Amino acid sequence: MEENYRQTKGRIFNIQKFSIHDGPGIRTIVFLKGCLLRCRWCCNPESQEFGIQTMMENGKPKVVGRDVTVDEVMEEIVKDMPYYRRSGGGVTLSGGESLLQPEFAAALLRACQDYGLHTAIESTACAKWESVEQLLPYLDLYLMDIKHMDSAKHKAFTGQPNERILENARKVAQSHTELIIRTPVIPTFNDTKEEIAGIAAFAKTLPGVRQMHILPYHRLGQDKYTGLGRTYEMAHIEPPSQEHMEELLAAVNAAGLKGQIGG
Amino acid sequence: MKQYYDEPIAKSSRIQKLVDDLYADMPVIEADRAVLLTESYRQTEAEPVIIRRALAFSHILKNIPITIRDRELIVGSATKAPRGCQVFPEFSFEWLEKEFDTVSTRSADPFYIAEDTKNTLHEVYKYWKGKTTSELALSYMAPETITAMEHNIFTPGNYFYNGVGHVTVCYGKILECGYEGIIAEARAAMEQCRPGDADYAKRHHFLEAVVISCEAVIEYAQRYAKLALDEAAACTDETRKMELLQIAKNCARVPAKGAANFYEACQSFWFVQMLLQVESSGHSISPGRFDQYMYPYYKADMEAGNITRESAQELMDCIWVKLNDLNKVRDAASAEGFAGYSLFQNLIAGGQDAEGRDVTNDLSFMCIEASMHVMLPQPSLSVRVWNGTPQEFLIKAAKLTRTGVGLPAYYNDEVIIPALMNRGLSQADARDYNIIGCVEPQKAGKTEGWHDAAFFNMCRPLELVFSNGMDKGVQVGLQTGDVTKMETFEEFYDAYKKQMEYLISLLVNADNAIDVSHAERCPLPFLSGMIEDCIGRGRSVQEGGAVYNFTGPQGFGIANMTDALYAVKKLVFEEKKFSMAELKQALKDNFGKGLWSDTVEEITKDVVNNLIKMGRTVSKEDVEQISRTVIGGTVTDEQKKRYDQILEWIEEVPKYGNDIREVDDFARDVAYTYTRPLEKFRNPRGGQYQAGLYPVSANVPLGAQTGATPDGRLAGTPVADGVSPASGRDESGPTAAANSVSRLDHFIASNGTLYNMKFHPSALSGTRGLINFTSLIRAYFDQKGSHMQFNVVSRETLLDAQQHPENYKNLVVRVAGYSALFTSLSRSLQDDIISRTEQGFDR
Repeated sequence: MEENYRQTKGRIFNIQKFSIHDGPGIRTIVFLKGCLLRCRWCCNPESQEFGIQTMMENGKPKVVGRDVTVDEVMEEIVKDMPYYRRSGGGVTLSGGESLLQPEFAAALLRACQDYGLHTAIESTACAKWESVEQLLPYLDLYLMDIKHMDSAKHKAFTGQPNERILENARKVAQSHTELIIRTPVIPTFNDTKEEIAGIAAFAKTLPGVRQMHILPYHRLGQDKYTGLGRTYEMAHIEPPSQEHMEELLAAVNAAGLKGQIGG
Repeated sequence: MKQYYDEPIAKSSRIQKLVDDLYADMPVIEADRAVLLTESYRQTEAEPVIIRRALAFSHILKNIPITIRDRELIVGSATKAPRGCQVFPEFSFEWLEKEFDTVSTRSADPFYIAEDTKNTLHEVYKYWKGKTTSELALSYMAPETITAMEHNIFTPGNYFYNGVGHVTVCYGKILECGYEGIIAEARAAMEQCRPGDADYAKRHHFLEAVVISCEAVIEYAQRYAKLALDEAAACTDETRKMELLQIAKNCARVPAKGAANFYEACQSFWFVQMLLQVESSGHSISPGRFDQYMYPYYKADMEAGNITRESAQELMDCIWVKLNDLNKVRDAASAEGFAGYSLFQNLIAGGQDAEGRDVTNDLSFMCIEASMHVMLPQPSLSVRVWNGTPQEFLIKAAKLTRTGVGLPAYYNDEVIIPALMNRGLSQADARDYNIIGCVEPQKAGKTEGWHDAAFFNMCRPLELVFSNGMDKGVQVGLQTGDVTKMETFEEFYDAYKKQMEYLISLLVNADNAIDVSHAERCPLPFLSGMIEDCIGRGRSVQEGGAVYNFTGPQGFGIANMTDALYAVKKLVFEEKKFSMAELKQALKDNFGKGLWSDTVEEITKDVVNNLIKMGRTVSKEDVEQISRTVIGGTVTDEQKKRYDQILEWIEEVPKYGNDIREVDDFARDVAYTYTRPLEKFRNPRGGQYQAGLYPVSANVPLGAQTGATPDGRLAGTPVADGVSPASGRDESGPTAAANSVSRLDHFIASNGTLYNMKFHPSALSGTRGLINFTSLIRAYFDQKGSHMQFNVVSRETLLDAQQHPENYKNLVVRVAGYSALFTSLSRSLQDDIISRTEQGFDR
């Protein structure tokens, strides 16, 4: 990477401060725009297109997406330096899918590490391995979504098969980067004990993986679909009950992993 | 082995029963103190005032009914009924007499008052006409000050109508030497008085008064010893009988003598705490560093095996309940400003000692445990935080925060200690600070701080800039010129600063008038005996006897004024979106959102005056007709549209609370318009003025007296609380808001700043939630914020509590520098708390 990596440009749509659910401590999340997956339940539908869009929010048009340099993002990130320091927190790249902008993501993670910050990405792993590889030197923690073990069903609900994801998971694990597997629990898609146990069993085979997070489905993104002029296909789906989540958690733990509900 | 014992301690079954009994009925107003006070005053008219005060105090303590409540281990009650209150006609009485028939039905802090109590007080009040501190204070004030007060620029209501309070005495000294020790000290000082000394008369009488007061207290405790013995003799329950005998034994020894053990220390502490609130009606009598002065007794008893952690905890819990047994009736307006029956008895745990070492101890943890056990608003529990604060202590505190009780408040040693040193405290004294009332730091036992001396509404001077100093047809402020002719922002901002400086000088005039009247009419010999160096100087605290003297009136509305002035700067002067004339009209028309009653009144008055000037006679019906016309049709639809456009522009201007450097630096400067002029002034006790930046809960009622402001705030709506960003305008999350607040100069506001944050309970769930929460506090403090407090309760819970108050009798929320029962607050204050931005950690 060139010396002026802090001038690298990328496209983001949000910077969120004070997150405590995507990695250790108090964190800032940078949401990168663009994703290969089209998960029906996606709570950030405005993240999917790489193009800059206009979304209606509270009756007003809002431009989603802006092009920024690493430096510009860092200016926001360093504002919360005291909180990272006190909490052992840092920065998490989310999206969208940061792997689709590997130059920018890598440069941003590198800049964070220059400040001694803990770095993480929350990612679908649905990208070329070369892109993943580009990030790894600057990455402390990979929070990887694995949504289903059945590739056909995966494709039906997300638009993409899962083979590449599973392959990337194995490669990341072998790279000795800390890896935590995350599964959104979506009723009608993957919320049976067997399906979750299947993912847990796979995760258990990955060297070094000890933790798996199951994230209950929520409907907080619903309004955004309307704002984008899209139909929310999941409107009829009820979030899983606490009891059911506990059962799934037991299945994860039974597979020999340290399970956790929520991030 | 663990350095600190941070495990939960079992709650004794006694405690919940004490709490339930306490809240069984509506609090009652009792007349005994007022009657006895007046009896004594009638007999002592020839005596010097300080002696009269002592004799009256003594007469009250000899004769006031005493009671031991069921199951109590710590005794001493100021009233027969739990949570009752006495009245204090020597400070003021007219307001209560006027409110006799409404005080039991008002929305904020109602009190029951019996018909015969009303009649008794009517009789008593006849004596006090013309003799109160408030009447004297008023006569000392400059006419322009009275005008400014009448126009709600500031409100010195607290000390104008009541005693001062706001003090922490040397509890440790009483625990050690008892009042016999104070008497000996006063007598020794008397022996030093030479009849030929210039100040002999004042000095000798003051010392006599101290002795009379202390003797009265000793005698009062003996009455309790006897009562306990009598009740023990009649008691058939063996366990209770033993308890009563022990109580009798305690009261026979303390507070006359030094405490011999932890139980006696607890009882002795309580007599001091309670009797200070019988001598005067001043609130915020703050126990201060309880974990420090009680510790030697706890440690000795633990080492000797005389007590267990559980038995010590039970005694502390009993004190915590008793702190809620005291009460005070305030006038209806003040009750809104201090809502929640709060006495602001601030008790602080943790922090450094005079040498700068961390002295968090077992009792620090047990203070937090006690608040978890009783779950009541008093004491106003605080914790001191610095780099050396043990993490387990902060976690314990965070666990209490997580219960949603609104306690504790967190204070930053790293700001407060240097801020106090900058005000002339020695390093050792500054390190030993505690908090008074809401957020005000002082050195215990050496300070008369006059914290909380007035509310100053920073929005009102801006209104006066727009009206060239006129308010409702009266010249209240300076004539700073026609606002529509101002050509630069600097000119406009200068006009605001001039109005501020002028009105601050009137505030000082009001406070100093009240200060003098307390010295002349209500010096407090009992309190003064426990404040250094009153005995040495032979003067009461009211006459400048304390080592450190301050006056600390608090300004509020920083967030509104920052956003307002910044909007004017950007939109009128830089972007020229609208003219000053248009803004002036928009404010008058309340941005077309319906006229505010005060404006209607004002316009009507103008019209009527003009008619009279033209020689017309105006009947009552005419006035009503004019008023109806004013309400009906001043703003056209076209204008309304334009006003909406203006509001939209204002909305788009960056706001304080979002970590935007330029705006935050501007906020810092706006805060200086209050804090800097103020510190130039002196009080009659020889001390300096120092600003606080906090509103208690006055931002709601005083907001109701404030017209629309250029930040888009509508007329009559609440002003922002404390140094917190305006409600709903901190949209960038808690770290951004905290970063903005930390950019204010908290050092110059040495009377305290107040930063409220509201969290959803989920934000503190699990160990990780607690740890991140403590990190947030530490990181805010790293950036030199001074104070932080939290409401941890969901919006849904609060809305439901409004609907079904009966289910939420014990729901405690953080109001300002204190917590209160949510259901006891007025509806508008409830709404304000609900609307404060709820900071969540969730997406």
